[in-house]
Amino acid sequence: MNQDIITSTLSGALRAGTPLLFATLGEILAERSGVLNLGLEGMMLMGAFTGFSISYITGNLWLAVIAAVLVGGLMASLHAFMSITLRINQVVSGLALVFLGEGLSGFWGKSYVGLQAASFSNIKIPFFGDIPYVGPIVFDRDILVYIGYIAVPVIWWFLYKTKAGMNLRAVGESPEAADARGINVVLTRYIYTIVGGFFSGLAGAYITLAYTPMWVQDITAGRGWIAVALVIFAIWDPVIALIGAYAFGGISVLQFSLQIVQVPIPVNIMNMFPYLFTIFIMLFASSNKIKKRFGAPSALGVPYSREEKT
Amino acid sequence: MKIHFEKRDKKPSKLSIFLASLLSVLVALIFLGIIILSLGDNPLTAYWELVSWGLGTVPGFIQSLVSMMPLLFTSLGVLIAFKMKLWNIGAEGQFQMGAFAATWGALYLFPHLTNPWLFIPLLMILGAAAGAFWGFLPGAMRAYLGVNEILSTLMLNYVAIYWVNYLTYGPWKGPHSYNFPITAHYPQAAILPQYGTGGLNLGIFISIVTAFFVLYLIKYTKFGFHLNITGDNLRVGEYAGINVKKMIILAMVIGGAISGLGGMAEISGSLFRLQPNFSPGYGYTAVIIAWLARLDPIVTIIVSFFFGVLLVGSQQLQLLMQIPSSITNAFSGILLFSLLASEILLHYRIKWVKS
Repeated sequence: MNQDIITSTLSGALRAGTPLLFATLGEILAERSGVLNLGLEGMMLMGAFTGFSISYITGNLWLAVIAAVLVGGLMASLHAFMSITLRINQVVSGLALVFLGEGLSGFWGKSYVGLQAASFSNIKIPFFGDIPYVGPIVFDRDILVYIGYIAVPVIWWFLYKTKAGMNLRAVGESPEAADARGINVVLTRYIYTIVGGFFSGLAGAYITLAYTPMWVQDITAGRGWIAVALVIFAIWDPVIALIGAYAFGGISVLQFSLQIVQVPIPVNIMNMFPYLFTIFIMLFASSNKIKKRFGAPSALGVPYSREEKT
Repeated sequence: MKIHFEKRDKKPSKLSIFLASLLSVLVALIFLGIIILSLGDNPLTAYWELVSWGLGTVPGFIQSLVSMMPLLFTSLGVLIAFKMKLWNIGAEGQFQMGAFAATWGALYLFPHLTNPWLFIPLLMILGAAAGAFWGFLPGAMRAYLGVNEILSTLMLNYVAIYWVNYLTYGPWKGPHSYNFPITAHYPQAAILPQYGTGGLNLGIFISIVTAFFVLYLIKYTKFGFHLNITGDNLRVGEYAGINVKKMIILAMVIGGAISGLGGMAEISGSLFRLQPNFSPGYGYTAVIIAWLARLDPIVTIIVSFFFGVLLVGSQQLQLLMQIPSSITNAFSGILLFSLLASEILLHYRIKWVKS
């Protein structure tokens, strides 16, 4: 492979990985609080549609991003109400969210197919952008990619080094103990489920405002589901999530690069790789040693109620 | 103010379950109406167009039955696992693998068979076996390694879809397809018996018979008895001496076989050739159908037919009123939410408590 192809593959990996990263980080926060939200695909689609339509109507990119983030949060709050207050099965509620997002975005988005809207362009960071090899790949991207870089250490710091982060983990590990210590379990779960929705909305907005600036039905193409798998891959850790998201992004762009250098692997076979790889990771992560050390939050998917101790 | 849930003492009666379901359909229709209004269309006209073709005309009714078939097969496929609280959302992949295996048999393994009495059962077995295998994988991973079946079934769906894409775009592309990704037409002896020209075929009857088979399986066999015990409580099942691992795998394999049979019936009964995207996500709609039918195989027939009517109707809607057909997905989502919420009303008394 010549150097241009390597550069374009690696920068493509960062771009393709960014929506995965946002959605995965959000879901890590929600799952850390004990709420499993499988509806990422639906929230991302609504975020993607909202971002694109607001950008088309107003031409204001930041307004578009904010609207997408809020819509993601709005959808997550529906899931929060269903699973935290009504204590409905979280798997089914999450699936309903996927259908709702696909349906509504397809329905309202029909008239936006084929239109063009404003999108984010690359900003080269002074000095860092001039570092040979690394600079053009890492520091000549659009601003949302940079937000992804920053979000990872911030969330890591928040989870492990702040009081609020400790409370969040406590709620997901042992809601009874957290409750006894005076932490509001219900409120905490609401907050982080909705924050998770914000991130999914942002992930969707990245796709229609930077990655492929257009709208077609189901534009997220299963990325929400990959993000659900990535949370497991990352064993609920934001730093591993970053590695995983960019690696998955890399696999999805690699097919185009390999076509250019004429490696004879059919596109459709290559498309299977991220999914097969996730299955492989799940097999690996299922070993007891790894589970004991890094397993899922203990109360993941279990509704909490003070009255009904089970 | 705080919401407080108080568990009702009595189990809800059949009538109250029916009324609650009806109410949630109404609530969903009201919300959907608001969404249709948002595009400036009249919801009542839209609803009329949505059902009048499928329920009010003979060709529409037959089309609805044809649309019902894949939905019914896949819904029955997921239902068995759901009984055990296994979240099998892999019906889509199992359906695709069934269609793949049947096509393999029809076009490549036994293309020279001329006796349909031999050919069609062979293809049914192939389809069911491929679906069963696609259910066995996540079942075994769950039973022996504790791998979450929601994610493994999902991932396998994508693998199956890309596998079908690979074959139809590549080595299986038919000689008369004008470079479209579509296989050759099935030989006549590999096609399920057709009745009339409207698309009515034997697959529809097989799907309904399968529903009764599933009913028999879960109501009157030891397997069904064990399924219900482990579904209520996994640990109780273990104490009762049930081999839970075996049950997990069996439930996934039987469910997969039914979905795979559905894939075979869809190609051999109504499409006659394999092509990419031949399923608009039947396997996912199946999850909603099974849930709406409260995991009852006979109610599943009715709900699948209802969704068949909606599917056919939504195409009419797009044709006549230019309302996007994704409206059915939005409706499915809203309906599921309102049904889930009504479930709570059935089992709990809700009180507002001043704190």
